[in-house]
Amino acid sequence: MNARLATFALLTAAGLSLMAMVPYLANAYWLALGISLLQYTVLATAWGLFSGPTRYVSLATTAFFGVGAYTVAVLGEALPWPVVLAVAAMLGAALAVLVGLSTLRLSGVYFVIFTFGLAELIRQLVVWFEVNKSHVLGRYVFVPVTQALIYWQLLALAAAVFALGWLIARSRLGFALRIIGEDETVATHCGINTTIAKVTLFVISATVMTLVGAVMAPRWTYIEPSIAFNAMISFQVLIMALLGGAHRLWGPVLGAVPLTLLFELLSANFPNTFTIILGCIFLVIVYLLPRGVVGLIERRRETSVPVQRRLPA
Amino acid sequence: MTNAILTGLMLGGMYALIAMGLTLQYGVARIMNLSYGEVLIAAAFGAQGLFTGWALSPFAGLAFVIPVAFLLNLAIYRVLLSPLVRRARTRDALEVDSILATFGLAFILQGIMLSMFGGAYYSYSYLASPVHLFGETIAANRLAALAVCILLGGSLYLALTQTRGGTAIRAVAVDPAAAQLVAIDVARTAAFTFALGGALVASAGVLISTFLTFSATSGVVFTMKALIVVVMGGVGNMLGCLVAGLLLGVSEALVASLIDPGLTLAVNFALFLVVLLVKPAGLFGRASR
Amino acid sequence: MTAPLPVLAVEGLTRAFGGLVAVNNLALEIGRGEILGLLGPNGSGKTTALNLMSGALRPDAGTIRLMGCDIAGLPPYRIARLGLTRTFQLVRVLDGMDCRENVMAGLVFGRPHLAAVDINARTATLLQRVGLGGQEARLACELTYIDRKRLELARALAPAPDLLLLDEWLAGLNPSELVSGIDLIRSLRDDGITIVLVEHVMRAVRALCDRCVVMSGGRKIAEGVTGSVLADKAVVEAYLGGIAADA
Repeated sequence: MNARLATFALLTAAGLSLMAMVPYLANAYWLALGISLLQYTVLATAWGLFSGPTRYVSLATTAFFGVGAYTVAVLGEALPWPVVLAVAAMLGAALAVLVGLSTLRLSGVYFVIFTFGLAELIRQLVVWFEVNKSHVLGRYVFVPVTQALIYWQLLALAAAVFALGWLIARSRLGFALRIIGEDETVATHCGINTTIAKVTLFVISATVMTLVGAVMAPRWTYIEPSIAFNAMISFQVLIMALLGGAHRLWGPVLGAVPLTLLFELLSANFPNTFTIILGCIFLVIVYLLPRGVVGLIERRRETSVPVQRRLPA
Repeated sequence: MTNAILTGLMLGGMYALIAMGLTLQYGVARIMNLSYGEVLIAAAFGAQGLFTGWALSPFAGLAFVIPVAFLLNLAIYRVLLSPLVRRARTRDALEVDSILATFGLAFILQGIMLSMFGGAYYSYSYLASPVHLFGETIAANRLAALAVCILLGGSLYLALTQTRGGTAIRAVAVDPAAAQLVAIDVARTAAFTFALGGALVASAGVLISTFLTFSATSGVVFTMKALIVVVMGGVGNMLGCLVAGLLLGVSEALVASLIDPGLTLAVNFALFLVVLLVKPAGLFGRASR
Repeated sequence: MTAPLPVLAVEGLTRAFGGLVAVNNLALEIGRGEILGLLGPNGSGKTTALNLMSGALRPDAGTIRLMGCDIAGLPPYRIARLGLTRTFQLVRVLDGMDCRENVMAGLVFGRPHLAAVDINARTATLLQRVGLGGQEARLACELTYIDRKRLELARALAPAPDLLLLDEWLAGLNPSELVSGIDLIRSLRDDGITIVLVEHVMRAVRALCDRCVVMSGGRKIAEGVTGSVLADKAVVEAYLGGIAADA
């Protein structure tokens, strides 16, 4: 087991350093594509981190992404970059605590409805504040962060989110969440504070999303609320994670990579059919792949080794 | 101030009508329909087409739009949604499935409308003459729309509370398993109710098209508002829809006229949150056991 | 006063659903090591009373003292950590997990002072205790009905509760399973665990319960030593009037 773990760690390290070389080898186009891939991989994995075990359908991705991006727009020039990131992370976490505590005690539908409108709500509040109080709408982002630097930060975030997921699965919190996933009533009667467990996970996932938004912000030189809080991100991330399979840590990436490529292709060549195809993928997931690509792989494995799980009595 | 309240009441009446269809679909057919707003917008485009193409008044257009919407929604339920209802083992599983499926539907509808009409805003001028009421000036089309809205909502309410079929629908809303025991065909009732809800929102779309501008992408806002009204009023509760809809409309209009028109969604959410925190089952919902 | 503190003391417990008062001004007390039978026809409020005690429902009024500390209205996870656990009328195990994990669920999050124990050893002991020795790796969904009940019991026993609530734990067992089930519950009492038993199986009630409380229509209609309570005229009437078929 330890040997396997060591091999795995070694392979991961090798893979990461290989991926870290990309900015030196690739031209601007491929680097931009790499950034898109990493961005959606991190977002979708972070989404699955929370929604996989709890089965809450969250549409709040845009809200957190936007908070991160807009924090950079406001503070980017005033503070050193690491401090800006820290502030963004804290704002995202605080927002997640607020949203989580007020909605996660209730049934899943309320959560969907609330997160559905959350990004738009925050956008309206930001616009109102900018127009009436600070008297600026739209800000220029002049921070000394190059494309390569964005790429490396996203790569670090990707490594962090997988490490986090791996650690959570092996922690008390992870065990508690599995029990909640099986039967929430039993979980509370076992002494699990289910609200705290769910909110904790939501905050972790939201903080990662916020950081992605902050890291991505310097890509635009000009940010206004409607750019930062673009609702489409929530839907894309949702569909990527579901296509891959949100019940496994490595599931969402299997959806994020092909769909990022597909969306890149579509929005460049067929902007009008984009939403129709997005809709069709939703239907494909619901009717054909309810457990995602991961579910497909798992089913194949189970049919090839049918007796593996049946241990002798 | 009077004007704001009048506008709010009219808006609220419309919200109530929109939400009534959704509360039927969610409360009885158990489908959380997120493509709801797109159906509304599609009907608005339909009314606009009938008006500009054949000079058909929107109120006459209702006679055409309502049956078409009913049949289309029936087909949607039969083809797309009833397989999900059959395979779902728990209510939660059905909820997640229906949310995702209707999301897909919403995007497809929106995409079709985008490719047909583009992203531009549409409107047409019908009964735009001013009317004086309580010392305020109001457009005649708004008043006419409100009157039809009251007529539709009122007759639906009477049909649900006074007829046999209506009682069956309410029985399914309360307890599908028990409704089956008293010889109610739950599957058929659910399909019928879903289609009825769709027809209702389509008629709301026609009414709204007479006085609001709309675009292929503005459906989401209506879905959002309908959801909030349904949850606030208590799922499956018609009276709750009316009260919550009026509350939402009036508070929106007041905030828009007194503080900032850009904050309407913030008002919706504030109300929504307060109700959820204080009375999670909704204003008129019954606490579950 | 030198009377020992009761493990559970309920007073004035009331809960209504709309117009229906499911539990109406209920009072009862249980001493350490006692098995109290909570009886009554279907719909008399027994399970609601259990749900109120375990925190699944909030009472409208009344106090529930566990070892002298009022737990009325606390959330279930806090009540579990204070030493009150339960099983469910329709058996609830964690189907996707194995037996070891099922028991661990009760152990890990239960009472804080148990955090230091050797989890594997204690899990093995608990499974042994309920008659599932050596079944650690078996998935819960593969167990038979009685074994699922045993597993649920092991999970409830895991945090070493002061008070255990059993909601029709013996229902649906065949005659030989019933005998071993009764023996198992008796042996728990012999270990010093206090038990509230909601039960329709009269044989088990006679064999196990020291005292009984009988409910009807949400109210307590009789209380006392098992033998005399079961002979009580009001009790017989409540049962015959309520569910003649079961009598």
